[in-house]
This record gives sequence, C-alpha cells and structure tokens, in this order.
Amino acid sequence: MAQPLAFILDVPETPGDQGQDPSPYDESEVHDSFQQLIQEQSQCAAQEGLELQQREREVTGSSQQTLWRPEGTQSTATLRILASMPSRTIAASIGRSRGAIISQYYNRTVQLRRRSSRPLLGNFVRSARPSLRLYDLELDPMAQEEEEKQSLLVKELQSLAVAQRDHMLRGMPLSLAEKRSLREKSRTPRGKWRGQPGSGGVCSCCGRLRYACVLALHSLGLALLSALQALTPWRYALKRIGGQFGSSVLSYFLFLKTLLAFNALLLLLLVAFIMGPQVAFPPALPGPAPVCTGLELLTGAGCFTHTVMYYGHYSNATLNQPCGSPLDGSQCTPRVGGLPYNMPLAYLSTVGVSFFITCITLVYSMAHAFGESYRVGSTSGIHAITVFCSWDYKVTQKRASRLQQDNIRTRLKELLAEWQLRHSPRSVCGRLRQAAVLGLVWLLCLGTALGCAMAVHVFSEFMIQSPEAAGQEAALLVLPLVVGLLNLGAPYLCRVLAALEPHDSPVLEVYVAICRNLILKLAILGTLCYHWLGRRVGVLQGQCWEDFVGQELYRFLVMDFVLMLLDTLFGELVWRIISEKKLKRRRKPEFDIARNVLELIYGQTLTWLGVLFSPLLPAVQIIKLLLVFYVKKTSLLANCQAPCRPWLASHMSTVFLTLLCFPAFLGAAVFLCYAVWQVKPSSTCGPFRTLDTMYEAGRVWVRHLEAAGPRVSWLPWVHRYLVENTFFVFLVSALLLAVIYLNIQVVRGQRKVICLLKEQISNEGEDKIFLINKLHSIYERKEREERSRVGTTEEAAAPPALLTDEQDA
Amino acid sequence: MGNKQTVFTHEQLEAYQDCTFFTRKEIMRVFYRYQDLAPQLVPLDYTTCPDVKVPYELIGSMPELKDNPFRQRIAQVFSEDGDGHMTLDNFLDMFSVMSEMAPRDLKAYYAFKIYDFNNDDYICAWDLEQTVTKLTRGELSAEEVSLVCEKVLDEADGDHDGRLSLEDFQNMILRAPDFLSTFHIRI
Repeated sequence: MAQPLAFILDVPETPGDQGQDPSPYDESEVHDSFQQLIQEQSQCAAQEGLELQQREREVTGSSQQTLWRPEGTQSTATLRILASMPSRTIAASIGRSRGAIISQYYNRTVQLRRRSSRPLLGNFVRSARPSLRLYDLELDPMAQEEEEKQSLLVKELQSLAVAQRDHMLRGMPLSLAEKRSLREKSRTPRGKWRGQPGSGGVCSCCGRLRYACVLALHSLGLALLSALQALTPWRYALKRIGGQFGSSVLSYFLFLKTLLAFNALLLLLLVAFIMGPQVAFPPALPGPAPVCTGLELLTGAGCFTHTVMYYGHYSNATLNQPCGSPLDGSQCTPRVGGLPYNMPLAYLSTVGVSFFITCITLVYSMAHAFGESYRVGSTSGIHAITVFCSWDYKVTQKRASRLQQDNIRTRLKELLAEWQLRHSPRSVCGRLRQAAVLGLVWLLCLGTALGCAMAVHVFSEFMIQSPEAAGQEAALLVLPLVVGLLNLGAPYLCRVLAALEPHDSPVLEVYVAICRNLILKLAILGTLCYHWLGRRVGVLQGQCWEDFVGQELYRFLVMDFVLMLLDTLFGELVWRIISEKKLKRRRKPEFDIARNVLELIYGQTLTWLGVLFSPLLPAVQIIKLLLVFYVKKTSLLANCQAPCRPWLASHMSTVFLTLLCFPAFLGAAVFLCYAVWQVKPSSTCGPFRTLDTMYEAGRVWVRHLEAAGPRVSWLPWVHRYLVENTFFVFLVSALLLAVIYLNIQVVRGQRKVICLLKEQISNEGEDKIFLINKLHSIYERKEREERSRVGTTEEAAAPPALLTDEQDA
Repeated sequence: MGNKQTVFTHEQLEAYQDCTFFTRKEIMRVFYRYQDLAPQLVPLDYTTCPDVKVPYELIGSMPELKDNPFRQRIAQVFSEDGDGHMTLDNFLDMFSVMSEMAPRDLKAYYAFKIYDFNNDDYICAWDLEQTVTKLTRGELSAEEVSLVCEKVLDEADGDHDGRLSLEDFQNMILRAPDFLSTFHIRI
C-alpha cells in the first residue's frame, strides 16, 4: 500500500501548531523524543533505507534543483532540528574570524526580533513560506540570548588592540546603531580597574596613560586621513564620469591620476637635488642669451637651451666649494656654513635613485593589482559573475542605466550562444579557415609595424644627411610630426584589418588590439633610440648631443599632445556631428579606452627616456596630463557614449599597470643604463664633460673617498666587492629565480587542494540532503501512524454515531 | 576641522568615524545629502539623537539610486525594519558599505542580502530569476532566463542543494575581482 512519495508534498501541520508560534517547550520535547524515535525506527530501518536509496537514485537522475524540497513542505519537527544544526549556530569555522560569525548570528537574532513585530514591504510570494528562522522563535529567552551574544561580541572586541578593534568594528555586518553601542561598551575601562582602585595603583595609572596616548594618536591619524583626502582633486568630475559611463571609462581617468602621481614624485626629487642647487649657484653662460620667439614652446630650442631645463647647463664642478681645495675648483665663492655639493655625483645618483624608487613603486602597485585581480580558477563561473558582478552601481543616469541593461542582456545572450556553439563544434575546414585568416591579419599588422619602423629609420637618416640651416628651427619639428602621424594612423589601419577577423571572444579581441598597438609603438621607439644614441652621438661630436636629445624628446612630447588634441577633435567631435547629421545614426562614437591608455603610456615612456637629458621634462608631462584630463573629459561628456562591450575594469587596470611597468619602464631603464654605462658624454657641456662615461663620476668619488681616510673605507669596499663584482649579481639572480620557482610550485599545490575541497563540499551537501530526506520520511511515518491510531480510537469511541449516520445515508 | 559644526557632538562624530569608513568631512557631506531629501523632516541638530525616518519614496528618488533597478532592495536591506524607511544611521551605513574602502567580505554579505529577494538567507532559483529579470529589464525570454539561472546554479552552487548559501556566494565573489569596483556608489 505504500505509494511512492511525490517530491512536493504538502504535509499539514499538526493541530497544535496551527496559527501559533511554537513555544520553547516543544523543542525540548522534540529533542528528547528524537532518541526514542531512532530506537523505534531501527527495526524497519533496513527496509526504509532501501526504499529511500531507490528514491535517491531516481532523484539524482533528474535535475539537481529538485533535490532540495522547499522548506514549507517539511514537517515542523524537521525544521526545528535543522534550526539547531551547528552551521546555523555559533561555530568556530576554519578560516573565518570568530567575530564575523558571532556578529552574523547576532544580526540574525536581532533581525528576527524586529521582523516578528512588523511585516515586510514588497514581494511576498505565496509559494515562499516564511523563513526557517521564524520557527526558531524562542520568545521568552530571546532577549537573554541577544544579551549573551552582545556580551560575547564586546569581549571579542576588548581582546584586541585599538586599531584592530576599529578595523574589526568597521568590517562587521551589523547596523550602525548596534556598532555604536558595541563601541561604547567596549570602550569603558575594564571592570578590574573600577573594582580595585588601590591594588597596582601605578600599573593602572600607566595603563590609563597608555590608553589615552593611543586614543590621541588615533584621533591624529583620523585627522591626517581627512587632510589627505582633501588633497585628491576632481572628485566631482570623476563621479560624473563614472555615473554616465561606468567603471571601465573611469579606469582611464584613474590611470591618468596615477601617472600624475608618478611624475610628481619624480619631479620632486629632481627639483630638490638637481635643479635647486644649480639654480642657487648658476654657472657662467657661454654667450649672450638668445632672444625668445614663440617657437621655443614647440621646439624646445632657442632661449630654452641654456637653462636648467637641459643637461648642458649643469656644471661639472663641486658647487659651494670652500676655496683652496685643489680638486676641481672652478667657482670659489664660499658661503658661510654652506656644504660643498658635488654636482656630477648628485646628478647621476638623483636620476638613479628616482628611477629606482619609481621602479619599486611600480612593481609594488602592479603586484598589488595583480594579487587583487588574479584568482585561481577565475575563468570558470562566467555566468554567475555576469549576473552578480556586472551591474555597475556607480551608473546614475537613466540613459546610461538603460544602456547598461542592454549590454548585460547582450552579454547574457552571447554567453548562451557561445555555450550552445561549444556543444556543436565547428568543422575542421571552418577552423582551418579561421586560423588562416587570423594568421594573415597578424602578418599584415606586424608588417605594418615593421614598415613604420623602417619609414622612421629612413626619414631620420634623411634628416641627418640634409644640412640644417641655422634659421630653420621649424625643420626640427618634421621628424616628431611624421612619427606622431604614423602612431596615429597605423592603429586605425590595424583596427580595420581586425574587422576581417572572426570574433570569438570580445575580451580577447581587446587584448589582441592592445598587443598590436604596443608592438607598433615599441618598434618606432626602438628605432628612435638607436637613432639618438647610435647615430646622433656620432654626428654631433664636438657639440652638446645630450641637449639635442633632450630637445628632441621635448618636441616629441609636445607634438604628441598636439596630435592628441587634433585626434580628439576629429575622431570624436567631428565624427559625432557627421554620424548625427549625415548618417542619421543615434549612436555616438565610443570612447576607445585601449588606444587612449596606450597613448598615455607612450607619453610616459618618452618622459622616462628623457629624464636624464632634460630634468624638467616631468614638469612638462604634468602640465600635459592636466590639459589632457580636461580635454578628454569635455570631449567624453559631449561626444561619446559608453563602450558596448562590458569591460572587466579591474583586469584592465592590472593590464595597464603591467604594460606601464614592463615594456615602458623597463625599456626606459635599459636606455638609461646604456646611456650611463656605454656612451661617451660630450666634452663641451654637462656635468660629465671630462669623463669617459657618466658612470665614472661614481668611481671618481669612490677613489676620492678611499684617499680621504680609513673612516669611510667600508663604502669603497662595498663598491668594489658588491657593485663591481659580477659574482654577487649572479648570486642574487639565482636566489630570485629559486624563490619564483618555489612560489609557482606552491600555487600549483594550492590549486589541487582547492579541487579536493570543492569535491568534499559537494559530497557533504549530498550527504546532508540524504539525511534530511530520511529524517523527513521518519517523521512522516510517525505522523501517519499517529493519525491512524487517533482514527481507530475515534472509531472505537463513537460507533453508534457512525451507525446512525450510515443508516441515515 | 577648522569650521565649527553644530549638527553632531564631538563624541558622536568620533563614533561615526570609528564605525564607518568615512572621514569627518564625508560624514557631514552625507548628512547634508540626507537632510536635503526631507528638509522639513530632518532637523539640523542631531545632538539629541532624534528618531527621524525618511520614507522610502524620497530615498528612492535620490540621483544615486533612482535609476538603479535594485534600489528597493538596497533600501530594504539597510533600513531598520526592512521596509525601506531609513534613519540617518541606516543612511550612513548604506553609503559606508557601498564606498570604496569597505572590504570585500562586507560588501559580499550585503550584496547577498540584496539579491535574496525573499529573505530566506539563500538565493534560490526564484531569487535568481528576479535578479536576471531586473538586470535585463525583462527583455530576455522566459526560456533564456531559466537557462541562465540554471547555469549560474551549476557554477556557483558548491554543495549542490539547488540554491546559493552565503558561503557559495562569497566563494564566487572571491573569483570576481571586478566586484569591488562595480559594487560601489560614490556620494
């Protein structure tokens, strides 16, 4: 007679529970009777188990979702037992802080109390029965439990130091009012102080003093933080951009801010240690200063030449040298209490140290961003991530919000289509064709990059060969103009070629475009570096070639800015006007994030290349970046719309920083090292005019120290055995490689552990469902037996009534 | 710090600074935004801790929230009684959690509560359907919506019980570095 149980079973509640909240007494009864129940059922356990297993097998065959019955269909007894499962009470889980768990549980009990008094607004679907928590109502001991949990939390907070306490308090998922009361309670001095004023009087005084000091430091820290925040500019502009265009376009402007910070740091060091002293002790000018025409702003030559802007102006002597020293005396103007300042050494070491600091900062930010954005196994779960993490809460305009919804819809449709496509794989012919087209497009793009590099080489050779008249300053602008146009035009060409490619993954498309653009820029910059350090040095023998290279880089920077302005004007403004008036399209042009970021990186590379030859170049770059910010912002708000493809903003930030560090900074560092170690400085200008290489300034100084006496002998020793000796460098590199290899192995091991743990969670989940279903069936049978017993007693008690009924019927 | 403000006592401001991710200036800014929502209702003097709630209709009409399809859920999650009417504490709490300094775990906790439409501490298939519908403005077909929900549960459900618990959700968020930048409202 046993019919197979349906999955959605409407088990009526026992009459005692109808409409009434269960009292705590029922729970203890249930707990006691559980033991008894097991004993009762153990006789038919085998048979029951078999039946259940059969049903489970049927169940696992069907979809997973029906494995879990909706809670409303389970008996109240089962629900009560579920409510006292360890995972729903306080438990010290591995890996989660005790405070977090306690506070979550506290939150639930407090919310429960509130929820019982007022109903919820909004969606209240009939099928979703009231939450499990409501069955856990323990009305009388409720307030007591809350007190208990609160005291636990307070104790937890008091056991930490003040800074950690604040950190934990802020991170707790509690409401603000509760956090404030917790803070009050945990801040009162401990009981033992109040209770025993006499004992350990000195200790308590010390302790109180320490506590007061800590509090004062804490307020100071807060004040400093607000002062620092006041310095961050453009808060409203960034908010507007984020609101209208989303996080991805905002990442471009945040990257611009980062670059500003790097340049400001660089400029600070250079001004403090190189430019400041030189301005305080100006050298004698070689001739009358040339008249300033307007062309200097573009060419950097003319009246800018013999100023602190360029390398050639700096003296090669020790400034503020006290008179009478036989070493390299030139100026003999001692100042009272002044220190002698070795200019060549200062120049070399300041540039070196500022590059080193920039390197450390870059690597640190890149590693930090990488750590935030890379996760083991992050490629899976794309649907879940799209649903839960792709809505950008920053977006505040109606049109932008609707656009975002359209983007998400398109993305979901694409994902579903991709999934279906994977189930029907393409033919071999199709894949071959795809590979062929891909190979062809790559070949064409690489060919374009190579062609541009060749063109730059040929043109630069031509500029060297053709004689430059003294008055033809404007001719100096031709090379930067040509390079700038190539930089602008070639990416457009590559984009047109990329339209021929088959689009499989939109994110990959973006990465490929960035890669191609980067190769192009690297090729052009490499050719230019060879042209400057290889050819110009030879051609300009006897003149100041460093000044020339510094001026060239200035010209490149300025021309890059001018062309960017023109590109913004024509690419965005004019294109929008054309597309609206002529083509009658409602879509505005998109803001091309990748191309714009690569332009920023290119400009920054030029700055880093030129720092050695023109210490004021970071200031020019700062002015340029400020102007770029305002121009781009205005153009964006007026002419553009948000990108179609949903961008992974944080991945992109990591990619931008990596690109800034690896090709850009590394290339500039290599250029600098080559210029310092291998190239002979010009003999007519600059702080290294009497030396063979710039690096020799350091060696000269070390020799001077050796001669100075035994007190500073450790420095020459360090120089000889650690810096000049290659064995030390090899040792350090070998150690680094070993550390990197170990880390890779550790990550691999962690990946395996994650897989095993996932399997374990899945198995535990299935076990839990099995046990719950078994419990449910046991209670069901018990209720059925009760009902049948009640039914038979009723029948036995009132047979006459029944007979009369039957007679009537 | 130089200007004297009479809205809060010194202790109140310090307490707010310790319990939220805001500095003094930001707390005052948030307060004035709150006051702007209902100038007749919200007094300019909070030293006596008045019990004032701004109704949900006004909160939902803020420029930061009015075009957000989840604004009702956000207001419900952060309000005291789950009805969307917020006191100043709730308001500060909301913007503190949604600010960029809040840690990932805290944001994940509140995001979970926002997407849990029926408040049963699990994101079940019905919650997912509601989320997807709101995300796409109802323009996906029913079949597509259910397919998406199925794939989401496949990917994120660790213990295979057909719904997402808080731990499943947090595990999934750990794999999505974008979450910190998208679950962020500037005020």
